[in-house]
Amino acid sequence: MLLGVGITFVAFCLTNIVPGDPAAANLGQRAIEDPAAVAAFRHHYGLDKPLPEQYGIYLWHIVHGDLGQSEQNHDAVTHDLGQFIPATAELALLSIFVAVVVGVGLGVIAAVRRNKLTDHVLRVVSLGGVSMPTFWIALVGLYVFFFRLNWLPGTGRLDPVVSPPPHLTGLFTVDALAAGQWSTFWNAFQHLVLPSLVLAASNIGLLTRYTRSAVLEVISNDYVRSARAKGMPGHTVILRHVLRAALPTVITVIGLAFANVMTGAVLVENIFSWPGIGQYAYRSATTLDLPAIMGVSLFVAVVYITVNFIVDVLYGVIDPRIRLA
Amino acid sequence: MTLLRVEDLRVRLPTSSGPVTIVDGVDYQVEQGQVFGVAGESGSGKTISVLALMQLLPQGAQVDGRALYDGRDLLSLGPRALQQMRGRDIAMVFQDPLTSLHPMLSIGKQLTEHVRVHEDASRDVAKRRAIELLEEVRIPDPEQAFHSFPHQFSGGMRQRVAIAIALACRPKVLIADEPTTALDVTVQAGILRLLDRLRRENGLAVILITHDLGVMSSIADHVSIFYAGRIVESGPTRELLTKPRHPYTRALIDALPHPEAEEGSELVAIGGSPPTPRARPDGCAFHPRCAYARESCELSVPSLVPVSDSRLLACPIDPLGPR
Amino acid sequence: MSAQAPAPPIRLRVWQRRRPVVGKAWRHPLAIVGLVLAGAWIVIAIFAPLIAPHDPLAQTASSFAHPGWHHLFGTDELGRDVLSRVLFGARLSIPLALLLVSLALLIGGTLGAVAGYFGGILDTVVMRASDLVFAFPAIILAMVVTAALGPSVRNAVLALVIVSWPSYARVVRGLVLSTGDSEYVASARLLGSSARRALLREVLPNVLGPVLVLATLDLGNAVLLLSGLSFLGLGAQPPTPEWGAGVAEGTQYFQYWWIGTFPGIAIFTVVLAFNFLGDSLRDALDPQSSWSHGGDAE
Repeated sequence: MLLGVGITFVAFCLTNIVPGDPAAANLGQRAIEDPAAVAAFRHHYGLDKPLPEQYGIYLWHIVHGDLGQSEQNHDAVTHDLGQFIPATAELALLSIFVAVVVGVGLGVIAAVRRNKLTDHVLRVVSLGGVSMPTFWIALVGLYVFFFRLNWLPGTGRLDPVVSPPPHLTGLFTVDALAAGQWSTFWNAFQHLVLPSLVLAASNIGLLTRYTRSAVLEVISNDYVRSARAKGMPGHTVILRHVLRAALPTVITVIGLAFANVMTGAVLVENIFSWPGIGQYAYRSATTLDLPAIMGVSLFVAVVYITVNFIVDVLYGVIDPRIRLA
Repeated sequence: MTLLRVEDLRVRLPTSSGPVTIVDGVDYQVEQGQVFGVAGESGSGKTISVLALMQLLPQGAQVDGRALYDGRDLLSLGPRALQQMRGRDIAMVFQDPLTSLHPMLSIGKQLTEHVRVHEDASRDVAKRRAIELLEEVRIPDPEQAFHSFPHQFSGGMRQRVAIAIALACRPKVLIADEPTTALDVTVQAGILRLLDRLRRENGLAVILITHDLGVMSSIADHVSIFYAGRIVESGPTRELLTKPRHPYTRALIDALPHPEAEEGSELVAIGGSPPTPRARPDGCAFHPRCAYARESCELSVPSLVPVSDSRLLACPIDPLGPR
Repeated sequence: MSAQAPAPPIRLRVWQRRRPVVGKAWRHPLAIVGLVLAGAWIVIAIFAPLIAPHDPLAQTASSFAHPGWHHLFGTDELGRDVLSRVLFGARLSIPLALLLVSLALLIGGTLGAVAGYFGGILDTVVMRASDLVFAFPAIILAMVVTAALGPSVRNAVLALVIVSWPSYARVVRGLVLSTGDSEYVASARLLGSSARRALLREVLPNVLGPVLVLATLDLGNAVLLLSGLSFLGLGAQPPTPEWGAGVAEGTQYFQYWWIGTFPGIAIFTVVLAFNFLGDSLRDALDPQSSWSHGGDAE
């Protein structure tokens, strides 16, 4: 909560201290030379009031679910966010799912095969994953799988000829399934594959590395030896005893992966023309659209806080010692 | 009846400067219903020698020799046979009950999971067995304990749980590695009584590892003394502790505080410190610390030979022997 | 924890001799690869004008020439030599990454040390501030800052310093808190070292190691973020040869794959080099998580 207020405050300060003039960025050349137009613009957006008052008004509006009006397209920021968030959510969730399955799996394999060839290869692969610039893999991926091989569609969420499924959650794949539109689902899914894989690359590397070290830390524990000594099969020991104990670390890193995905989304959505929050953030930042920037910041803060909260709750579910404390 | 026969067991462990010999040719046999004591200072290889039997040593350990159980060599069991042997034929209790139980799995889970694997038992059967076991090891309110987690119990109670887990599949041999070292003296006595009762009632053979000769004298039938990876002396407990023949055994006993000792008599510490596995002396490994050492002791490693019906000794000088 | 003090479980590592840390790191193949790659790029950065076959800004050839003998990496839409632009790109990215990490280290390290040493309100303020920065994805914050200050290389670096100081502050603060009253410092003092000597000989090396690892890994991160900002048009401005901007150019004309591919490979190899180095260094400093040594526990 405190963090949320803090973030609105920082976003607010940031957007006010900076020398860029939103009037200049949004009014166009002709209007900027007309002092009356500038004044009207400032008055309309409350920019002529003292700063603390502006901040107070802003907070008051947030509490009432009003994030203000975009200076670019004059839509309510909440409306814009509502429109763009599902697209990013669909991309991010699939990407994190892939990253968790692949990353945790590879991390466990690396730890079990410690110091063997597999382990060394996985080390290089995971370091490679975190070293690759997201925007570059996106470009290479598009070139190879879309332009050359034409296995996957190019940009956007759907082919231009396909109309979006009836709105339910805003996640096209889910909505298409709910409406029973199989071809729409397939189209939306194909469009998701490349961007979500690109977005997953660095998180796979991250998760592999942290899972490996978490598993290694656990695997030398006495209780793992106890499990072997009582005759538990090797894979059960790894999955039930070792991975269970390594889970708190893994979950912390999954939390980090969410932050990574937000960063990656800005770049990936840009390349794939994905109408999501990343593109919205980019557009608002480059046009200094203050209410929109604040809206995005607030959204990011909410995601951050929610993810942290879920992580904390999961700690308790996994570890009975925390549950009772 | 002999349950387990260990022949010429040798263990070498990898270190950053090459393999180091930890256990250097050990022979013994364990009878049904017997408490077989293994004593020695830390670093003497006693724990490593039993971990080797269960193939629980770290990767890269080189194990030679044979360990015959039920006509099979435990040291050459394949993964599947090994997994079936562990817990069902031979079970193990470790030193530190605070770390040997999984902190995030319930007592019930840890008590039943291997029963269900080994005996293909249903959830209900396994649970009933678990409750019985918890009663058998004198855990108050077994039903509630079944649903509890390790951190909700004291060290002594956790060790009882660990013993219950080890006994869940009715093994023939229980290896107990310093099971009471981490516990209070009063708790210690309770655990020892428990082991003694289980041995008498179920014919369980117990390999008891401890550095505490007091514990040994109270429960073990037979004692082998380890020094620097070898057995230096072995025999029936009472005889061995009252009439030690190896200078090292003698020194260990002299280092014990005696409640009946005359007031003012001092404890005798063993001079020097035990050799590290990396730098074991030539010849008899004990000679640098031995009051009776002669030149010949530095030359050849003394072998363990029978000196009476029931006793074995690895000291050709035998300075304490019957004249 | 229970009141009973359990005897320590057997640790086979006891018999391992400790080797000098740095010597161990350099012997690792990954470290060697990292060192060679990073060294090569630094040499390229210094001698780019001598190595590059063409002027990176000169529109010497026809547009979109395929990679070939005259232009190893082809030419871009303005007929500029891609190879020369990639080589010259090193002159921008590598020094800027070093500058960025040094600034973040200096600011974050100082704030962290001060926070850890004095504690109290100062500590709270520094840590809350770093929480706030952490809550923001680096690139969004950096994007807002550069957009507000105006897109330029200088502002991109400034923005990235703002987002990267907190990790140093946290690490240094934690280390100052933990080493200040740790037993080995106390024992060093008991053995007669003066407080200042203890600080220099015992505390500093222990702070230095983790910070060095972090900084090395962060160099890679800095290159990634800087080129990311340039890719978005918020960093280096045309016609400056910059890798991220090069990839962005590639997305405009992506049937001409060479325009974007080669700058991307440049970024990848530089980042990989720093990550290899940082990772080997971490192994050497922390044998517990070692990838190459150990093998002492099941």
